[in-house]
Amino acid sequence: MFDQSNHLPALPGVGYKPQHYSDLLADPAPVGWLEIHAENYMGAGGRPIAQLKYLAERFPISVHGVGLSIGGECDLDPDHLARLEHLCDWLNPASFSEHLAWSTHESAFLNDLLPLPYTEATLNRVCAHIDQLQDVIGRRMLLENPSSYLAFDESTYEEPAFLAEVSKRTGCGLLLDVNNIFVSATNLNYDPRAYVDAFPLDKVGEIHLGGHDEDEDDHGAPLLIDSHGREVADPVWTLLDYTLARSGPLPTLIEWDTDVPEWPLLAAEARRAQTALAQLDSKVTA
Amino acid sequence: MSQSAFNAALLNPTANRPNGLSDAGGRPAGKRFDVYRNNVTVSLREALETGFPATARLLGEQNFNTIATGYLRANPPSSPLMMLYGGGFPRYISAIPALAKLAYLRDVARLEYAMRQSYHAEDAPALDPARLASLPPEALNNARLTFAAATQLVLTPWPIHAIRAKALGESGENPPAHAQPTLVTRPEFDPILTPLPADQGDLCGALMAGKTLAEASTLHPAADLGQLLGTLLASQALTDIHVEERT
Repeated sequence: MFDQSNHLPALPGVGYKPQHYSDLLADPAPVGWLEIHAENYMGAGGRPIAQLKYLAERFPISVHGVGLSIGGECDLDPDHLARLEHLCDWLNPASFSEHLAWSTHESAFLNDLLPLPYTEATLNRVCAHIDQLQDVIGRRMLLENPSSYLAFDESTYEEPAFLAEVSKRTGCGLLLDVNNIFVSATNLNYDPRAYVDAFPLDKVGEIHLGGHDEDEDDHGAPLLIDSHGREVADPVWTLLDYTLARSGPLPTLIEWDTDVPEWPLLAAEARRAQTALAQLDSKVTA
Repeated sequence: MSQSAFNAALLNPTANRPNGLSDAGGRPAGKRFDVYRNNVTVSLREALETGFPATARLLGEQNFNTIATGYLRANPPSSPLMMLYGGGFPRYISAIPALAKLAYLRDVARLEYAMRQSYHAEDAPALDPARLASLPPEALNNARLTFAAATQLVLTPWPIHAIRAKALGESGENPPAHAQPTLVTRPEFDPILTPLPADQGDLCGALMAGKTLAEASTLHPAADLGQLLGTLLASQALTDIHVEERT
């Protein structure tokens, strides 16, 4: 197996899609690592597991969970914790991440990342769940900032301060989705750069970029939807430059999950991320 | 605001949106909440459409969307493993009175779900045909077969193999006027479908239920056991054979 024990490299990565298997293996450049959704690799066998084993011998793998419901009011699902433990045990991925969100209520899994009020009660619950998860999988996780379409009246924390506190209490790292910052900042009318300035960038282990759709709310105000179905928008690339200039180089992922394009288009997005990372190197050496 | 309230409004399109959710100016969230409602409904509906492509074609887009939306609201997934979502969908379809005349739909949907289970099933080396060939007839009669986890059998009175193939444009032929119990096997990574003669389907079902070859043949004397064994070996449906010691 590829040595997954190192952290993800500060290179472009892509969300792995099975339709890109052959193209990716023929010429992966500039992709230096891959991210998979944990829940797609929890079957007993067959092609998904065989492909993942093969890819893990060649690329650092980031496992990204989309179904644990870390922010859920209910206890974490012990069966799902055991599945995550099993995956992390046999794959030994270079990174594991999950979301600041909930997706399961009682026994119903809603297949979406649902929002949380930033309160003391949420903070305590999220931290308890992260402690539990990190104990089970025996490794530090990264927690991702969500995209927001609305605000909770009861929130008492700003999101960057909330995530900083979670990281401080649990020791978890953070995954900074720069598109989510832009989407949330547009939807909730704040300055995305101020969000980056307030974010504990020293805790960030990975960056996400993805495309969003544009809509309007009931009053004609812009409402951006985090769809992962197109190219990363220009202002999000600009915000990436702003972020990297403050954080230094980081593993940077292109997510494209719906209307998945042919490989050359995804590789072109990864090259754009490579350029952003390379600019940083030249600035540092200059 | 509790997640119960949020959840209830997500799955019920006529429920009021929860209180306590706002836009940046403090106005009620309105349509902003509907982004989540829409994400949940559309993502689950697309999961069903991906999992049941022939069923979706047979129903037509509009009917399928209506039926799938009714299903997902009443039966959201019970686990984050979306690869397993929709196990109850065939039975749900069969209980819709307006679809009573399309009785084969349930079994086409069962076949599609069986293919998905096969695709994700545990890998296992196939039984070497030489082992079966080496057994004396007496031992063979008392043998029980072990089927691969990826092997599935869909028993049905309908020609579901041909109905599915035609719906997906894989074959232009009209379905035959006889039943097609269908064997799903996975020699490599892609499930293979083999329609069986009706009596061989029943015989295969008896073998999968753990009957010995002799017991299964006695239950279904008209079925061609030799031909079925040939099919099972060629499609790598088996992993092992156990011969009982005579006492």
